[in-house]
Amino acid sequence: MPEKISLEVLRYRPEEEAEPVYQSYEVPFRKDWVILDAINYIKDNIDGTLSYRWSCRMGVCGSCGMMVNGTPVLTCATFLEKYLPGPIRVEPLDNFPVVRDLVIEMTDFMEKLKRVQPWIVREEEKPLSEGEYLQTPVELEDYKQFSMCINCMLCYSACPVYGLEPTFIGPAAIAIAQRYNLDNRDQGNQQRLEILSEDDGIFECTLVGECSAVCPKDVDPAGAIQRFKVAATANWWKSLLMPWGNK
Amino acid sequence: MSLNPNYTKYHPKWYRKRIPIFWWMQKWAYTKFILRELTSLAVAFYAVVLLLQIRALAQGPEAYANFLNWLKTPVSIVLHGVALLFVLFHSITWFNLSPKALVFRLGKKRIPDALIAGSNYAAWVVFSAAIVWMILTI
Ligand code: SF4
Ligand code: FES
Repeated sequence: MPEKISLEVLRYRPEEEAEPVYQSYEVPFRKDWVILDAINYIKDNIDGTLSYRWSCRMGVCGSCGMMVNGTPVLTCATFLEKYLPGPIRVEPLDNFPVVRDLVIEMTDFMEKLKRVQPWIVREEEKPLSEGEYLQTPVELEDYKQFSMCINCMLCYSACPVYGLEPTFIGPAAIAIAQRYNLDNRDQGNQQRLEILSEDDGIFECTLVGECSAVCPKDVDPAGAIQRFKVAATANWWKSLLMPWGNK
Repeated sequence: MSLNPNYTKYHPKWYRKRIPIFWWMQKWAYTKFILRELTSLAVAFYAVVLLLQIRALAQGPEAYANFLNWLKTPVSIVLHGVALLFVLFHSITWFNLSPKALVFRLGKKRIPDALIAGSNYAAWVVFSAAIVWMILTI
């Protein structure tokens, strides 16, 4: 087993350079270290100026996503060992503007997320005195998979459609819309379908499928999008054949 | 990026990586996707051949014989061979993706993916067998 492994980390310091450069760091190789451990080692012992995001260290906060050897991963959940003998290339997530080093700008995603109304929509709220909206385990099962999303944006990084067409609302936002649509307490189905059927919505997707391949939580955004396409198409036929049926 | 989201309007210089024209050569998954999209050309090719055949049929026996002769030329055979490969790739990849779009429930259980993809394959076999039977018997 090697003693050391080297990391080629993308550096971008806007006040110093117009184009990013790669900087090489040698870190101790340890079997139980993930990429994030190695980066933290660099920050603590070699170069304190390296910027990146992380928080939970356990794959739930979704802030440590980076490109490792060209694939978007959660660096806290990816072991160094997988990339032996190195060197390992670490870059900020693709398809997002880079603010500095490994830090990307995510406002675009935040706005898109808000657009799909990711909350329970009710036509009429029932009064508090009537108690909570009950749900059975089977009903929970319907949307649970889509509720596992941690907003890590790896799927946006893997999606060539988003890269080429940045207005595309994107995989996670659609999966999260589906999470509420399939929740039997929610009544916002129609509204979300209208938002998602717009030009920059589901029909931009050409089913490359990489979003689902890289998702660390098995959310399967590609599946969510295809199911939306079926629903939107059915809806279109329905309004064509039975125009009176629409409220 | 949406245009100038309010609170990042005056942000310092961002770096944006440009996407190379040959982005789809960088990863096998992307290349496979582009190949799958290209298979639609093979589907279009079959459709055009069928239209030409119908036209030849309408023009009378001589035109039809000419058409059949064209089908026997090496160029046509090679084209058909390539188109067949592409169409097979097209069908198989789409059949395998079908469970993503179709989620059915039987009572409380979700119908397994293999069954949904499998029924596509089954329909394929049945239709192909029917066509073979028609060609051989009629
Ligand atoms: S769908 Fe998966 S890859 Fe995309 S943001 Fe959610 S957890 Fe991350
Ligand atoms: S640090 Fe929270 S997901 Fe990796």
